[in-house]
Amino acid sequence: MPIKVLIPTPLRPYAGKQSVIEVSAQTVGEALSSLAAQHPDLRKHLFSEDGKLRSFVNVYLNDENIRYLSNDATPVKETDIVSIIPSVAGGI
Amino acid sequence: MALRIPRALYDQLRQHGEATYPHECCGVLVGEFDEAGGKVVKAAVQCGNTRTDSPQNRYHIAPSELARIQREAMLSGQDIVGFYHSHPDHPARWSSTDLDEAHWTSCSYVITSVEKGHAVLTNPFLLLGEEDRKRFEDELYEVSGK
Repeated sequence: MPIKVLIPTPLRPYAGKQSVIEVSAQTVGEALSSLAAQHPDLRKHLFSEDGKLRSFVNVYLNDENIRYLSNDATPVKETDIVSIIPSVAGGI
Repeated sequence: MALRIPRALYDQLRQHGEATYPHECCGVLVGEFDEAGGKVVKAAVQCGNTRTDSPQNRYHIAPSELARIQREAMLSGQDIVGFYHSHPDHPARWSSTDLDEAHWTSCSYVITSVEKGHAVLTNPFLLLGEEDRKRFEDELYEVSGK
């Protein structure tokens, strides 16, 4: 089914400058794979060499971090919004 | 290319640093990118600092807050254009930790030095480059209004 994926500002140059991309998926993992298939340049910015999400990249299904759901296997429905969120931190 | 921020929001983020002193404050700048690559800030959203283990010299914004702010901004036709945080009793310059932990290329990272509880300097830095070759550059900014 079609669901929306929100692309954060720093990844848009690798996603055809789009801020919202619709993909067809049954799970979050399928949505991310579909996204990377549509926009291959995105892959290295989302995934490390072992195929896992990079440590500073968070993926949310609506208000829930998929790490606290079923990760890639988290099911999605048509009204869901998947958000890709790089972390924000720092200090002196 | 410049970061344009209304006076009220500029004052607000500086006051946030004073309010959390001697701890670091942090927040998100929501607004619009213009065609020339500049940014106009429409809102400065205060966030909690989750680094309760070392809040005097570290900050971290909960990704759940970021996800909500990004979603609400984008659904209303705006964007996350940057972030702000404070440096208690430390210069308003980016640190190696700031660069290591920065991942939002093309966004502004605004830092305010807060000395003895009073906001002193506020400087924006633009994150450029890819993850393995990223860098901060000084960014021009304009504070508009009274």
